[in-house]
Amino acid sequence: MATNENTALSAAKTQGGQKMDMLRFATAGSVDDGKSTLIGRLLLDSKAIFEDQLAAVEQSSQSKGFDYTDLSLLTDGLRSEREQGITIDVAYRYFATPKRKFIIADTPGHVQYTRNMVTGASTADLGLVLVDARQGLTEQSRRHAVILSLLRVPHLVLAVNKMDLVDYDQATYDKIHAEFTSFATKLAIPDLEIIPISALKGDNVVVRSENMPWYEGQSLIHHLENVHVASDRDLVDTRFPVQYVVRPKSDDFHDYRGYAGMVAGGVLKPGDEVMALPSGLTSKIAGIDLHEKEIAEAFPPMSVTVRLEDDIDVSRGDMLCRPANAPKPSQDIDAMVCWMTNEPLRPRQKLAIKHTTRSGRALVKDIQYRLDVNTLHRDQETKELGLNEIGRVQLRTTVPLLCDPYSKNRTTGSFILIDEATGTTVGAGMINSGT
Amino acid sequence: MTSTHADYRLSQLDQLEAESIHISREVAAEFEKPVLMFSGGKDSIVMLRLAEKAFYPAKIPFPMLQVDTGYDFPEVLACRDNWVNRLGVRMIVASVEEAIANKVVVDDGKTSRNRLQIGTLLHAIEEEGFTAAFGGGRRDEEKARAKERVYSHRDEFGQWDPKMQRPELWSLYNGRLHAGEHMRIFPLSNWTELDIWHYIGQEGIEIPSIYFSHQRRVFERDGMLLSESDYNPLKPGEEVTERTVRFRTVGDLTLTGCVESPAATIPEIIDEVAASRITERGATRGDDRFSEAAMEDRKKEGYF
Repeated sequence: MATNENTALSAAKTQGGQKMDMLRFATAGSVDDGKSTLIGRLLLDSKAIFEDQLAAVEQSSQSKGFDYTDLSLLTDGLRSEREQGITIDVAYRYFATPKRKFIIADTPGHVQYTRNMVTGASTADLGLVLVDARQGLTEQSRRHAVILSLLRVPHLVLAVNKMDLVDYDQATYDKIHAEFTSFATKLAIPDLEIIPISALKGDNVVVRSENMPWYEGQSLIHHLENVHVASDRDLVDTRFPVQYVVRPKSDDFHDYRGYAGMVAGGVLKPGDEVMALPSGLTSKIAGIDLHEKEIAEAFPPMSVTVRLEDDIDVSRGDMLCRPANAPKPSQDIDAMVCWMTNEPLRPRQKLAIKHTTRSGRALVKDIQYRLDVNTLHRDQETKELGLNEIGRVQLRTTVPLLCDPYSKNRTTGSFILIDEATGTTVGAGMINSGT
Repeated sequence: MTSTHADYRLSQLDQLEAESIHISREVAAEFEKPVLMFSGGKDSIVMLRLAEKAFYPAKIPFPMLQVDTGYDFPEVLACRDNWVNRLGVRMIVASVEEAIANKVVVDDGKTSRNRLQIGTLLHAIEEEGFTAAFGGGRRDEEKARAKERVYSHRDEFGQWDPKMQRPELWSLYNGRLHAGEHMRIFPLSNWTELDIWHYIGQEGIEIPSIYFSHQRRVFERDGMLLSESDYNPLKPGEEVTERTVRFRTVGDLTLTGCVESPAATIPEIIDEVAASRITERGATRGDDRFSEAAMEDRKKEGYF
């Protein structure tokens, strides 16, 4: 543990340095796969858990009659969860090593909580799926991989946990490895790593385990620290959804007019010719501001304010792109939708839709099929989507969406559906194409 | 102009800043009447700084709301006034004293000022008709907060229902409300305590002087070091001594303890925080120590 302590300290000190970046990952697995134990260990070993938090957990472990410290109690935060002994929602955790800051979206694995996993995966750079070495791949682990692939999470780690309970047996690992690799060929998973670990004993979590000399890969933390995420963004196709128009109308900035937003794709530079959608009017970038600084370029996911040379009409919901590389404004949207509420989604239903900074209404024209996330079977008989189901849906929108396929851009390719009566978010959509 | 980024990478602070600015702008664009809840502490100052950046060179397009417990540190109020004057933002002060006088909340002599803040705050939000209230809460602070959304929906009673939270995907925030409801907005959700300190250092942000090491007359109560003050009458056996201390959080001075510390600069504070083995709230906040679920209960009632 001594080395871990040093790591944690230097992590904290170097945080904020220019070289340190951030990795968001989503974890999936059931209570029994030891996911909470693994997260507890990551937090503990990186010193993200404090003495008072640990003391509280030790106390509750004791009062429950356990003879060990139940690290899962560190993460199962809400009282209702502690009472039921399950995790009911997405929880976010934070830890850092000298190289990276990590944000974990911790989602429960039960079948009824697909929506939570979709939520957690939507912002993740990497998905971490746990399996119990004794059980091997289950329907659930396949489902998790399918969801991560649908959400286009570019990196996947399969952690084969509880290796200590199979005597660190290589054959067990090899079997799971072969089975999963073959399954993954059907999915969109550009980067896959399969790591044998014991979250409880710490094997291959922070340092490589001496119990598994046959494993030649890296420890989990080492992989998380080094996985290359910079290329996951689209730095080619310029997409700048306008969020807010900054007009100070003050004496010092009388004529200032800036378009504020977060870069969704490409690299913007002063002098670049840009086209505003949906108007199609063109201008040049006069300058890019980040608070008081004028910057030379802006790229995802920077929040900046863009000034144009000409006074063309641009407002919230519009998008700046390059004249020769623009998304086609579309009102007929073909998308995969994950349904998140009890009342099923049916054809002819009307919903509110939010896509980038645009809001409008959407009519469900057709539900083409329901995807069985366990078998990848497309069920074309069902004409509705129930809670936690995913299917291919055709929508007609009141406003044209300035969209790209989700496989190209996770920001301009995604939308949410909102129930107009309750105001709740009821669906998450990933665009295949817009016409 | 700053130089070209060779590898198009952003540090974690730049990423967090970009995300928080994005959230502030979404709220300004989509809500009719937002307000920024300001406690005077480092987190709400960072939140204010991010709002300043989000709308620059325009002024922040919403007012600030502070709940005055009547037991605030004078250093904190002085710092607040500097910020308000520099940014030219409208400041609304909701006083707990007044709320007690107007019977909006009941002071039974046993309830802490921090708890009375809840009723005072909800009353102020209702009175002014605010539809979105920014708060400086971070998810790393406490277990109950780990599941908090960036947009956290509150019903007509200002209550938080952890089981009824809206799913929050990508950077698409759903701000739909019914009459009487409002949204709490947490732009610092993904920041940790260390991120906050590094950002304060990087940006040279002004924070109240009590965060830095200083000499103070203090006494011990329930294992905490409290400041000598007219609001803090000594109980038998309590003894005042002068020590070198600093505060890790700021709040009601009858409940907010300080720690003995020589850390007088941001780098020294960062080293101290990094080496610390106790959370900021666990160390110095009497109001969070009563039960494991103390924060969850207060959140449900409408606490920040």
